[in-house]
Amino acid sequence: MITAERKPFDKILGLVGESKKVLVAGCDTCVAVCLTGGEKEAEILASELRIEAGMNGRETEVEHTSAIRQCEWEYLDLISDKVDQADVVVSLACGIGIQSMAEKFATKLVVPGVDTNMLGMPLEHAVWLERCGACGECVLGETAGVCPVVRCSKSLMNGPCGGSHEGKCEVKTPEGEEIDCAWHLIWERLKAQGREDLMFVDRPPKNWSKGSSGGPRKMVRVEARPV
Amino acid sequence: MADAAQPDFEPEIIVFACHYCAYAAADLAGVMRLDYPSSIRIIKLPCTGKLEVIHLLRAIEAGADGVYAAGCLEGECHYLKGNLWARQRVNHVKKLLTEMGLEPERVEMYNMSSAMGVRFAEVANEFTARIKELGPNPVKRKGVSPYAAAREAASEIALPEDTDTVADQPNRPLAPLATTKEG
Ligand code: SF4
Ligand code: SF4
Repeated sequence: MITAERKPFDKILGLVGESKKVLVAGCDTCVAVCLTGGEKEAEILASELRIEAGMNGRETEVEHTSAIRQCEWEYLDLISDKVDQADVVVSLACGIGIQSMAEKFATKLVVPGVDTNMLGMPLEHAVWLERCGACGECVLGETAGVCPVVRCSKSLMNGPCGGSHEGKCEVKTPEGEEIDCAWHLIWERLKAQGREDLMFVDRPPKNWSKGSSGGPRKMVRVEARPV
Repeated sequence: MADAAQPDFEPEIIVFACHYCAYAAADLAGVMRLDYPSSIRIIKLPCTGKLEVIHLLRAIEAGADGVYAAGCLEGECHYLKGNLWARQRVNHVKKLLTEMGLEPERVEMYNMSSAMGVRFAEVANEFTARIKELGPNPVKRKGVSPYAAAREAASEIALPEDTDTVADQPNRPLAPLATTKEG
């Protein structure tokens, strides 16, 4: 799933500016599951914005709503009435939803209320870990199901660097926590599967142009197009 | 921002009290004829674990000068961990208030058993003194009663004041109740 984190409140205030009618729009899919941008969180942000306006004596109307998926035109139709009435929409959807909203309501000021950060999985309740970088050419079949693109701090594709120590990466999280060395995990799992030889095959350089380095990507399912 | 302490300021304070401990403690404080400020308005919950961030924010938004949750003693929650969830949420709201430039001390979490009537009155007095020190919530809305608004916002989780047991509430899908906790 796509995960995102709420922007700091002062950043959101800056984006909202002097607008008198604010709509906070949540999305009930990925960002709701990661407890950042669903209807509940939209209601919380709307309340915060009203409190702040009240504290500073401003007359600001703040409403909230949410779309089942902000990244699909049809679901945006369902909230268009509320959008029409607002001066600014603070979208709590991922970057895809925010852009869909901005494109659909092109004359409206649509601003992000979250920072979209990764394609991750919930490791346990309220903890998410990055799992995929959408590189466009998946290598999980050769890496025992561990993604070196995002789980190796350096995105190395041919085995570990010299900084792998007792299973841990030499890079730490910004909070100072240790990170498992992806190549250590790959090696251990290949060994357990009796497929160590995969570690020693020569891999040609990865074609990064299939990922975001190759410009905006487009996908068309010809057989499923309307006729 | 809030004004400095005002001698004639009578704060409006919302208390979210759990049915099993804090609400019973409030009852006991009443029976014991202990003094606590009339500024305290209680909303009874089956468990403070039902309390969410939005309920606390709505009370502040409606102009409550202070809001606190009062649950069972830690380790003695009737629903095991509800009071611990509540503490986390209260702490989160403190963070949100700070971000907004409002004093985080306006929200708090307290724990007490049903036998602690004295403690209930003590907390009510302590918290009221704290809020008097902070001054009124700058978010006052004319014609809005903080208690009514907070109750309304919490209508899905609050129990009517006159219910004796949670089980009196026919439409509430709660776990079956065994005995009430005595301490
Ligand atoms: S190899 Fe590419 S597609 Fe596969 S998980 Fe990693 S980033 Fe995603
Ligand atoms: S220690 Fe492991 S995970 Fe870290 S950069 Fe080196 S190979 Fe990648």
